[in-house]
Amino acid sequence: MATAAFETPKLKPYPVIPLVVEGAMARSKPYVASPAIQAAIGFPTELAEGWEQRAVAKMGELLGKYRSLRVYMDACVHCGACSDKCHYFLGTGDPKNMPVARQDLMRSVYRRYFTFAGKHFPKLVGAVDMTKDVLDQWWSYYNQCSECRRCSVFCPYGIDTAEITMAAREIMDSVGLGQKYANEIIGKVHRIGNNLGIPEPALADTLLGLEEDTKEETGIDVRFPLDVEGAEVLLVTPSADFFSEPHVESLIGYAKVFHAAGISWTLSSKASEAGNFGLFIGNYEQMRNISLRVKEAAQELGVRRIVIGECGHAWRVAYGFWNTLIGPFDWLDSRYPVPQHICEFTYDLIGQGALRFDKERNDDRIITFHDSCNVARASRMGNMPGGQFVIPREIIKAVANRFHDMAPDTIHESTFCCGGGGGLLTDDLMELRVKGALPRMEALKNVVDQHGVNFMATICAICKAQFSKVLPYYGFDMSMVGGVHQLVGKAIRLGEPH
Amino acid sequence: MSALALAYAALFYAATAVLVVGVALKIRSYWVTPAPLKIPTTPAPTTNGGVALRLAREVVFFESLFKASKWTWIFGWMFHAALLLVLLRHLRYFQQPVWTPVALIQPFGTYAGFAMVAGLAGLWARRWLVDRVRYISTPSDHLHLALLLAIGLTGLGMRFVRHTDIVAVKAFMLGLMRFDIQPLPADPVLLVHLALVALLMLIFPISKLLHAPGLFFSPTRNQSDNAREGRHVAAWAAALEK
Repeated sequence: MATAAFETPKLKPYPVIPLVVEGAMARSKPYVASPAIQAAIGFPTELAEGWEQRAVAKMGELLGKYRSLRVYMDACVHCGACSDKCHYFLGTGDPKNMPVARQDLMRSVYRRYFTFAGKHFPKLVGAVDMTKDVLDQWWSYYNQCSECRRCSVFCPYGIDTAEITMAAREIMDSVGLGQKYANEIIGKVHRIGNNLGIPEPALADTLLGLEEDTKEETGIDVRFPLDVEGAEVLLVTPSADFFSEPHVESLIGYAKVFHAAGISWTLSSKASEAGNFGLFIGNYEQMRNISLRVKEAAQELGVRRIVIGECGHAWRVAYGFWNTLIGPFDWLDSRYPVPQHICEFTYDLIGQGALRFDKERNDDRIITFHDSCNVARASRMGNMPGGQFVIPREIIKAVANRFHDMAPDTIHESTFCCGGGGGLLTDDLMELRVKGALPRMEALKNVVDQHGVNFMATICAICKAQFSKVLPYYGFDMSMVGGVHQLVGKAIRLGEPH
Repeated sequence: MSALALAYAALFYAATAVLVVGVALKIRSYWVTPAPLKIPTTPAPTTNGGVALRLAREVVFFESLFKASKWTWIFGWMFHAALLLVLLRHLRYFQQPVWTPVALIQPFGTYAGFAMVAGLAGLWARRWLVDRVRYISTPSDHLHLALLLAIGLTGLGMRFVRHTDIVAVKAFMLGLMRFDIQPLPADPVLLVHLALVALLMLIFPISKLLHAPGLFFSPTRNQSDNAREGRHVAAWAAALEK
């Protein structure tokens, strides 16, 4: 069903807002989590009798816990400012992928049960009962939002559809309707320590292999330490960095930076994952528990600093939420921000003159940079607002000679999601992922045609995995995408082999 | 004392009570609901002063809407700015003597009525002409515009087409404020105008007009970006730490 054939959209030379095609993506639904997956993370195992009342009760609970949800349910005036901002709408034309319409799927239920107008004049204000039909629409369309927050940039009231999608997924989980991909991963991170389910021996073996590969490439003993007590830095990175291409190239880049700077570091088998899918399903407790693993690992290892690898939503959770969820961090070195992004880390070292590069080693690449949504619109790097845009680009320019940005309305705070974020990076949503990538692919095509760009750097594991898969649909080579530290690793000078 | 004056007096007392109490209760519900996490849409100001500036730009210039859609911004901003001038101009019916600033606004306020109607017409046109906006428009959206447009047109009618006894209207309004009901002219255009204004006040706390207070409570706009510097634990979340 979900893997049915579909047509890849054509790339146009300039962006065109599609006409509304009702129901165009109504068939898009992710796999439902099995009872075992649900039970493993403490959710009801299936949709049981009386779920409607429980769903409404849960909505009431969330309205009391989250000011965002409460205000955003009331404030929308249907002005349409967001209507052409979502990459999933632009790629599919399905009107329920307009942020306002996606929000209205919940707003209409909210009105029915929680407002005067909806209780007494439901037709007038479009209030509806919580029914199976409504739930089916929630299931489809709240799993077509990557929580990228692009709509919230343009909303005159800052209404953030991500907050509403998270609440909807939380409500669905609470009545036993969970998404297989996200909830299975959350089970794995608790059971094994990372999203990919890599056990400690396999991880240790992989890291040894990387040490050998790097020795072969450079002639130098660059270490990839695991569970080293007393190291200065704990690096927490997405587990894709251990096993996936092109992710692993960035891991090699981090290791070289640590080596060149002479700063001792370690990975942790317990916290062998920066990703935190608790964010995607809007569950505060899960987000907190997943974060706590990192705190425990850092304290057990006795590190002084925590640095986060290239991962967009992980950086949102770490930068924006960790202090609240698992802080304070007064037990870490207060001279450095906690947590620190690997780009901040490398950028600081470049500023101190602690790293040297042979930029021409990247001369075969004409590079552009894809701002990842959670980094761009939900976090910061450095001391000034917008540092999250400046720092990665400055790093690229420090390690490579040829760089061109994509069109201004497709980068920085206006960046387009890769199409696979927010817990949608699963093969059962392939059509959505391909179509949702359309706006980014068009922007990329323009710099490819104008400047000969052949490499799109990014700092998110999901972006890398999504683009590797989707680029070929649009006629690009999958190896066009890679990490910023992949470029750093290529150009960095490590000294003489010994 | 006519039944008409009494009925309208009762209507305005009720509408004022609903507006004030209703909006106060809504604001209270926004106020007491915690924002458990830092979620400003970044780049965001890092200081409270910066946040005040960001909110001021949203309120005064509709900054985000300007980024989103120039047409919606032109019509929306024109309508709201004109509405503000019109409201300020109307203060003269509640003051004796009239404050100097209100007297100075008078000429602008009168002609702002046209801008207000033009803005509303533009906003309504979008609801028919842009297929995306047509799709999201509900009966309630159309009725809000119809209501505001009718208020504007009846007001302009009394000012520029068929004058009403404005001295008597002012006496009625001043009387309302002293709980001393004065006669109200039985001019149908005036009565429609006043009834629609009362209706607008009545629906304010139960409709999308809540976007006005809502903006000030929107966490993506009113939070500073200082998550690494300070914790931000809600009471219900703190209970998890026990």
